[in-house]
Amino acid sequence: MAEKVTVEEVAEAMYKMVKDTMGMKKWKATDLQKAAIELFGEDRCDKNICKEAIKELVNSGRLVYTYFGGSFLEIPHKEGAQND
Amino acid sequence: MAEQMKKYETPLLDELEKGPWPSFVKEIKAAAEWNPMANDLLGLLERSYREKIGHWKHGGIVGVMGYGGGVIGRYTDLPEEFPNVSHFHTMRVNQPAGWFYTAEALRTLADIWDRHGSGLTNFHGSTGDIIFLGTRTEELEPTFAELTQAGFDLGGSGSDIRTPSCCCGMARCEWACYDTMKLTYFLTQHYQDEIHRPAFPYKFKIKCSGCPNDCVASVARADFSIIGTWRDEIQIDQEMVREYAKNGVDIVKEVVALCPGKCIEWDGNELKIDNSSCRHCMHCINVMPKALAPGKDRGAVILLGSKAPIVEGAILSSVIVPFVKLDDEESFNDIVELIDAILEPWIEEGKNRERIGEFVQRVGLGNFLEAVGLDPQPEMIRHPRTNPYVFYENYLEEE
Repeated sequence: MAEKVTVEEVAEAMYKMVKDTMGMKKWKATDLQKAAIELFGEDRCDKNICKEAIKELVNSGRLVYTYFGGSFLEIPHKEGAQND
Repeated sequence: MAEQMKKYETPLLDELEKGPWPSFVKEIKAAAEWNPMANDLLGLLERSYREKIGHWKHGGIVGVMGYGGGVIGRYTDLPEEFPNVSHFHTMRVNQPAGWFYTAEALRTLADIWDRHGSGLTNFHGSTGDIIFLGTRTEELEPTFAELTQAGFDLGGSGSDIRTPSCCCGMARCEWACYDTMKLTYFLTQHYQDEIHRPAFPYKFKIKCSGCPNDCVASVARADFSIIGTWRDEIQIDQEMVREYAKNGVDIVKEVVALCPGKCIEWDGNELKIDNSSCRHCMHCINVMPKALAPGKDRGAVILLGSKAPIVEGAILSSVIVPFVKLDDEESFNDIVELIDAILEPWIEEGKNRERIGEFVQRVGLGNFLEAVGLDPQPEMIRHPRTNPYVFYENYLEEE
């Protein structure tokens, strides 16, 4: 049986996916989960690990939830609508 | 300071103060006496009414650390003219089940919002939450800290499980067929992660009504509706029925003729109900509450898939579980199990902004039921006695 990937490893991979596609793709939590499971394989990664990884990323402030007609995970940035 | 605040002329808003009903304008004006945010809101609203243009921009990023729901970002597009509403974010606070408060709790909430926001609230929004209207980004975390200190939490917003809501149930209503408040509290606690961390294709609302009067309109507004009902006979106190008749209730005209199941007879002395044709509409019980009551074998019907958007596309719920007893924690866990089974295919295959009702329509009820693991039943309908879904295997058609 393959060794399970750690929450930290998944979090790093997810962060990289979001960072590399910033401005081109908006990631829903489920999209990130599917991508991570595909990357690491079903035998090493599962939904619970992904869920924890997302929690880790959001709690640390590296990713934030955004809402633009649906909820997404993004790297914190100043949005267009924001007033100073 | 009130004397330093700009005074806005509001002839159009003033119109909304006329008449005997409560006016939100009156309340904003009261808050504007001391709160600059409420004062600028008056000016901005008057301008919007005059120009017939909304002057709000949607903010999609603001929130509190760790949460993806509970804050709805708003900015005005006229920040120079109305600087005090430059930021005007809404906070959704998880309401207590059944909306019961002590005076002290209400005062605590009001004081928190006076310190950190416009002082304007909405008890309650259409979501059921306590709505705090209007604050700045830098006030979100301090407000949240004070709320949690006082025992409150933010509710849901975005693509998550929205704050579950319910009617007052057994706390005040003798018709409640199950403990709506207890179930709502249970579901709220169980789904904390799903309420605060949006991970769905779109919003998912759970509403619990104690009887078919459906005081929280769950049949029209909840993705997952749990509506109290009974499966035995309506309880009748014949003496009280005669009392109603004696006191002027025209039972034939007001009850018998309006029964959608045409299952009531009244001979001037005795009321008879053919319960096998009763549609549980509650009309007769509502007209004669002292004489009639729901049966004793009580539980709930579970429906799925309604939504009530502002513009178009409203859907009413369809029955998915005709009857379930809800009298202990084990039965509550069964509800959780069902919700989880329903969420799974939708989370996996649902499109962005596709509600569960739309998803079921797209994939077909048969496929959906198979994915959830429920057997089709003739009670899975939209309206009693009409529009039943029919399920049969292909081989039957071939024969």
